[in-house]
Amino acid sequence: MRPVYIVGAGMTRFGRSEWPLVDLAAASSVAALHHAHLGKVPVDAVVVANMGGGRINRQTALGSALVDRLSLWPAAAESVENGPASGASAVKVGCQAIAAGMANVVLVTGVEMMRAVDGLEATDFVASLSHPEAEYIYGVTLPALAGLFTRLYMSKYGVERKHLAMVAIKNHDNAMKNPYAHIHQTVTMEGILTAPESVVNNPLVADPLGMFDCCPVSDGAASIILASAEVAQKLAAPRVLVAGIGQATDTHAVHERQDPTDLKAVRLASAAAFERAGAKPADIDVAELHDAFTILEIAESEAAGFFPIGHAHKAVERGETKLTGKLPINPSGGLKAKGHPVGATGVAQLVELVWQLRGEATGRQVSKAKTAYACNFGGFGNNVVATVLRKEER
Amino acid sequence: MGSVTDLEALLRPPAMDMPPYPPKAITLASGEEMVVRQVGREEIPTLLKAIYPLLLVERDYYDIVAARLYSELLAFQRFRVRDEYVLVGLIDGVLAGLVNGRLVDGKVGMSYHTMTIRRGLRVGSHLFAAKMEYHIEHIGQEEVLIVAESPIGFRRWMIEYPLEKKYEVQHELGGVPSWVLTRKTYFDAKPRLVSGRRPVHDNLLAGAATVRLPGEDSVKRQVLGEKGGKE
Repeated sequence: MRPVYIVGAGMTRFGRSEWPLVDLAAASSVAALHHAHLGKVPVDAVVVANMGGGRINRQTALGSALVDRLSLWPAAAESVENGPASGASAVKVGCQAIAAGMANVVLVTGVEMMRAVDGLEATDFVASLSHPEAEYIYGVTLPALAGLFTRLYMSKYGVERKHLAMVAIKNHDNAMKNPYAHIHQTVTMEGILTAPESVVNNPLVADPLGMFDCCPVSDGAASIILASAEVAQKLAAPRVLVAGIGQATDTHAVHERQDPTDLKAVRLASAAAFERAGAKPADIDVAELHDAFTILEIAESEAAGFFPIGHAHKAVERGETKLTGKLPINPSGGLKAKGHPVGATGVAQLVELVWQLRGEATGRQVSKAKTAYACNFGGFGNNVVATVLRKEER
Repeated sequence: MGSVTDLEALLRPPAMDMPPYPPKAITLASGEEMVVRQVGREEIPTLLKAIYPLLLVERDYYDIVAARLYSELLAFQRFRVRDEYVLVGLIDGVLAGLVNGRLVDGKVGMSYHTMTIRRGLRVGSHLFAAKMEYHIEHIGQEEVLIVAESPIGFRRWMIEYPLEKKYEVQHELGGVPSWVLTRKTYFDAKPRLVSGRRPVHDNLLAGAATVRLPGEDSVKRQVLGEKGGKE
């Protein structure tokens, strides 16, 4: 298979957009194309990741729409819907096209406009990824599943609410340094957990998760430009290799898992990505994890192999996952504070890592980052895509 | 206000005695301290300047709330509404939000508006709670009539407390059917929605003695989407 490089990355600011869905996708696409400096090299294919366009924005076939919006005819066009893992899945589809020799340049864009509907409808549309007969019809939502998961994790491994709060505080701090983040607001342990007023400031959403344990509902788009080695070597910019992608699934209904705290799909997808990359967790300099809920950053960091199972919360306590720690996690602010437009998230994680590897993450740059890891967590862990990126010196 | 002419006296509504709202301090999620206190008529011109830029902001019904609040504050300042009060939330002396309401009679209060300028920190929720606290605990009323003009307000008041329907009463804000907060509703909700510390430390109170305004750009930016953004 041919190697695949990321030669450009761009995104819109996450938050609330007044633009139409396709214009939002076009904005990040143009930013990534500009970043890549492709010159006259044509874009052979466009892959768009999106979860809710057909349902909440009344727009389908986004790949075709984006090609037309950017006048990229006759580029091939695809749309990928794979729940919250749509973004990384779309990147995988783009990589496959280049690896197979079917394309030399692929634009991958993830986009979502969730704030077109109110919070209740947004929660419902995301919940439609759950098992229709075993979960959804009983009113199960993603925060509800995360709340149950957190209770189990707490009882099994001694995780406390203070550890969840530490993740939130860290990611809010990181987002303050990211101009593309949805939430620009620091939070404190006192304000969200220990002061009497924290009951009002941080109300329970799904026991034991409070508002500040949950990601916001965001609009946004993110794009990367994938290229073959032949194209990448002609460009002046630093080369970022897609060193390995792994994907794995688990049971649709969470209750069917032998141990619901075992994020098996994260474990298997990560192992596959590391194997393809010829790397191991200890090689990773910076990671973007899918912290839709604070507990997931802790649990995913263990399942990916960065910390022994049941020990990540201690690493959080020691500050090891801060920007200046041994393994900075979510320097972008993560889903928690950068925001989570579901279809865009998997691509946005790679945008941040590309910037980190190229030394362009101003204000939040992880020192000497050469190898990076992303976990895009679909469903409630039933479809996970892990990606390892590596900077190649010229 | 100086001398009041006979005609002016006829134009002014009669007033009831209202106990002052005792200031309180609230620790926000950011760790910042917000002082909630009552303002007098002399401070209304400053508040009007904060609201003015929001008159044309459609998002989340800020325009209609700003327009109505503007007129209510003017009416309060110039004695054209009966028994109105205004509370403000100040962070380092800078206006984070304001609420107002009035007394219908000794037993019944009427909530007017809640305007949040510093978004993302539940400032509106704290200030609305302070308003209810004033009616029920400090004035000693039996109930407060409330309507919402935005979906956000409906979720915050009608659902979160939760309020009861009192559709037989037409609220002054456009005559829509009222909802009501009773003493029981208030005290049931108090542990999870009403907070704050009294007395307020002298230094904190001194810092909140004068209302300072965020810049016009800052007000719009915070309201238009940079939730929680700090100037």
